Amino acid sequence: MAITPIETRIDTRRLGLLTRLGVLLAVVALAWLAALWLGASGDRVDFAARLSPPDAHHWFGTDVMGRDLLARTLEGLGLSLRIGLLAAALGTLVALGLAVVSTLNRMADIGVGLLTDMTLGLPHLVLLMLVAFALGGGPQGVVLAIALTHWPRLTRVLRAELLQLLNADYLRVSRRFGKSRGFVIRTHVLPHLAPQCLVGFLLMFPHAILHEAALTFLGFGLSPGQPALGVMLAESLRYLSAGHWWLGVFPGAALLAMVLTFDRLGSAARGLFVPRETMP
Amino acid sequence: MLEAHDLQFTHAARPPLLSRLSLRIEAGEVVGLYGDSGSGKTTLGRLLAGELRPQAGQVTLDGNDLPKQGLHPVQRLSQAPEHAVNPRWRIGRILHEAWTPPDAMLEAFGIGRDWHSRFPHELSGGELQRVNVVRALAPGIRYLIADEISAMLDTLTQAELWRALLGETERRGLGLLIISHDTDLLARLAQRCYRLEDGSLTRSPVSLSSGTSSPA
Repeated sequence: MAITPIETRIDTRRLGLLTRLGVLLAVVALAWLAALWLGASGDRVDFAARLSPPDAHHWFGTDVMGRDLLARTLEGLGLSLRIGLLAAALGTLVALGLAVVSTLNRMADIGVGLLTDMTLGLPHLVLLMLVAFALGGGPQGVVLAIALTHWPRLTRVLRAELLQLLNADYLRVSRRFGKSRGFVIRTHVLPHLAPQCLVGFLLMFPHAILHEAALTFLGFGLSPGQPALGVMLAESLRYLSAGHWWLGVFPGAALLAMVLTFDRLGSAARGLFVPRETMP
Repeated sequence: MLEAHDLQFTHAARPPLLSRLSLRIEAGEVVGLYGDSGSGKTTLGRLLAGELRPQAGQVTLDGNDLPKQGLHPVQRLSQAPEHAVNPRWRIGRILHEAWTPPDAMLEAFGIGRDWHSRFPHELSGGELQRVNVVRALAPGIRYLIADEISAMLDTLTQAELWRALLGETERRGLGLLIISHDTDLLARLAQRCYRLEDGSLTRSPVSLSSGTSSPA
C-alpha cells in the first residue's frame, strides 16, 4: 500500500509532461499549417498599402512593398521549421555517428574527443559563417553549416551513454543468457539511445532556427529574396528608426516564440524519456 | 563437474592475483569461498563463469571447455542486482529474458505478482536480488556462482533467499559456489569451504568459527 502514492505521483508527472508535449506539438503543427495556408499571400505586392501600421486588415502591418507582414512572418516560420528540421536531423546523425565511432577503439575515441574540443573551442558563429560561406550560402549551405557545428554537445552525451551502456552488467548478463548481439542491440542499447537522440534533436532545433536567422541576418545565409525571418529582420533595420516598429517586432517575436516553444518541447521530452537526468 | 586447473590470473601491471589455483565443484554440491577484500574472490568467480580468461590453466565443465555461445551453463550472480537489470525494463520482462519461471518458483522466492509491472528502481535491493536469482535459474544451467548475493539483505530476508535457492539447487542437482565474507553463513550452507589467500586456496574445516547463531 505504500506503493500506490509513488505510482500515482509518477503517473501524474508523466501525464503532465505528455500533455505539455501534445500542446506544444499542436502549436508547431498549427504554425506549419498556417504557413502553408497563408504563406503564399505574403508574396503579393500592394504598393497602395505600403508600410501601413497594424490594423484590422493587416494584423501585423505591411512592409515597404505593401506585403502583408503576418503572412510573411508565417511563411518565414515555415521556412525556418523546414531548415531547422533538416539541420537538426543531420546534426543528430553526425553526433550519433561520431559517438559510435568514438566507442570503437582508443585512437578513434581520442580523435573524436579532439574534434569535439576543437569545434567547441571555436566561436560558434564564426565557424557557422565560415562553413556557410565556404559552401556558398543558400539553404543547403545553412543546413550543412548548422549540422556541422551543432553536434559536439550531443556527441558527448551519446558517447558517455554508449560507453556506460556497453559496460553495463545487464548487457553481459543478456549475452550469457545466450541472446544474440542483434537482440542485445535492439532491446538493450537502442531503447536507451533513441530517447537521447530524440531529445538531443529537439534541443538542437531552437539553436538551428536561431542560427539560421542569425546567419541570414548577417548575410551569409539565405538570399534576400527568400521570406526568411532573418531576411525580414535585416530589412527592418532600415525602417526601425523611421518609426516602423512592426517590421522588427512581429517577426522577432515570432522567432522568439518558436525558439521558446521548441526549447520547452525538448525539456518536456527529456523529462518524459530521460527521467533520470531531470529528477530533482 | 566444474573444474579449475592451475589457474593463473594477473590484472595488468599488478602482482599475480591467482597462481596455480585449482578447484572442483561437483553437481549438487555447495562450496563456500571466503577471503579478505581484494584477495581475488570475484575474479575467481568470473574465471569459473568464463567471463574472464586465465593467463594460464583452464576451466572445464565435465572435462570440456566452457561453451562460447548459447545459454551459459555457469551463471554468476553479482553483489549489485541493480546493475544487472536494464533500468528501462519492467520486472516482468526482466524475469522472462532467459526463460519463463513457473509460478511455484516465483512464490518460493517471494516474488509478488504485482512486481511485474514495476521498474527496477521501484523494488528494494533484496527484492531485485531475488528477481535476479530466479532469472538465472533457467533450465540448462548447471552451476551457479553466488557472489555476495545476500550481503545487503537483513537476516530474515537472507534466510528466506537461501532456503529457496538451496531448495532449488538440491532439487535440480545444481552446483553452487557461494562467495561471502560471512563465514558463519558459509558454515551453515556449504559442504566444503575454502579460504582464498595470496592467490591460492586453503581448505577450511566446515565449522569455520564458533558461532552457529548467525543467519540462514
